Amino acid sequence: MPRYGMVIDTRKCVGCQDCVIACKTENNIPEGYNRDWIVTEAKGKFPDIQLEIRTERCNHCSETPCVSCCPTGASHIQDVGGVVLVEHNMCIGCKACVEACPYDARFIHPDGYADKCTFCIHRVEKGQKPACVEVCPTYCMYFGDLDDPNSEVSKLLQSRKWHINLPDAGTQPNIFYLV
Amino acid sequence: MNALLEITTTRNNPHVDPSMAMWEWQIPVYLFLGGMVAGMMIIAGYFLFTGRHKESNCSCFFIPIVSVVLLSLGMFALFLDLAHKLYVWRLYTTFQFTSPMSWGAWILILVYPALIANILIKPTKWMTDKLPILLDYSKKMNEHPFLVKNIGIANMILGMMLGAYTGVLLSTLGSRPLWNTSLLWVLFLVSGLSAAAAFVHLFAKNKYESELLAKADNGFLVIELFVFVMIFLGLLSSARPHIEAAHLLLSGAYAPVFWVFVIGIGIIVPLIIQLLAVNHKVSHTAIAPILVIVGGLILRFVIVSAGQFSHWFNAHLH
Repeated sequence: MPRYGMVIDTRKCVGCQDCVIACKTENNIPEGYNRDWIVTEAKGKFPDIQLEIRTERCNHCSETPCVSCCPTGASHIQDVGGVVLVEHNMCIGCKACVEACPYDARFIHPDGYADKCTFCIHRVEKGQKPACVEVCPTYCMYFGDLDDPNSEVSKLLQSRKWHINLPDAGTQPNIFYLV
Repeated sequence: MNALLEITTTRNNPHVDPSMAMWEWQIPVYLFLGGMVAGMMIIAGYFLFTGRHKESNCSCFFIPIVSVVLLSLGMFALFLDLAHKLYVWRLYTTFQFTSPMSWGAWILILVYPALIANILIKPTKWMTDKLPILLDYSKKMNEHPFLVKNIGIANMILGMMLGAYTGVLLSTLGSRPLWNTSLLWVLFLVSGLSAAAAFVHLFAKNKYESELLAKADNGFLVIELFVFVMIFLGLLSSARPHIEAAHLLLSGAYAPVFWVFVIGIGIIVPLIIQLLAVNHKVSHTAIAPILVIVGGLILRFVIVSAGQFSHWFNAHLH
């Protein structure tokens, strides 16, 4: 059984927002809302400043507070790939999952249901890459099976240094940032 | 010079950025009304259990009627908060064991029959005029003291569950450090009991009950202060996000409203007035109970709002 994840090379990401536009186009995201976004983090002491640019989205965590708090079962983990999804016509719009996500990755769609990144599962099921990965002009994003030791993502995690976001929150995110 | 840490994001989702504000007035209003109704069920249940319903002016007769009204208003507020209203029935086609909201939905289904059973023990004249058959039910129920006692127990247990779940609902959302204390349900339950005691004290016709509830309320207010101390001890001795969450209330953006309205006007001032009143130094007035009730409402607003504001961060970078 695959476990889908993403590896993002922060040394290649230039923050061009192509992934953001691709997601909005592919998934018909209404104006003013984002399933993915760019974070720029500058840290250090002048003149020794480090800059990290990264594209962020739902981390499709292995420990999912957004799923366990859902009162209707609309928020769920898909059997194939462990992708975290929302069944729109089961969602009552109670917003508990939005509150439960430490990454603030969810929002309430203007139509009323909780919405977030799906890893473009409709494309992945057809053998395509998620839209954001597909369009990245610097090829900084990789998508694949983290449980397969021979996959591109697994090999990158074995060979490069990486970090996850908010490790203290304990949600075991499945998006990794190469540094 | 401190190290620099500058984070910018292009995300600007409504009610999520710049800080979480998904839950607005509806949720604190529901949590307050639900908590107060929970307290009133426990008080009415206790009166039934101890046989006080034999007194004609026992508060246990008007409490369930008021409770049904207030709880329905609270549930309406909750309904207003739902963004996908047409699908609300989905709550009742499933039971999600790990979701306090699912537990709450089913607890509410059990609460109404318990309140109605309590009402049926002595329906009001208005009800019996419309439905004379209620008098027969009432007569039959009163022939079985054991049944009345059990209705009292059911009201107490369901009241406890209702009051506790309003706190558990927030405390299981671990991504908001301020809520992430397992004592939150105790705080909300005690605050609910306190507001309920104040409310019933205001309207009780029975002198003994009114005096008893004023005394009980003093106890609840003192316990509430203790619970606050314990919650802050827990948060302040925890991880950095939790410490910062505690400081939101203690010394941060929410400190003025927390100290002045929740602790001062909601607990300390009414506690002093009611201590003087039960010791017959001053007469009972509506001031203290009203302050307690308003304080309980503001408490829910502060906890919901500050809790959403509190968040995890990469503590090793800060």
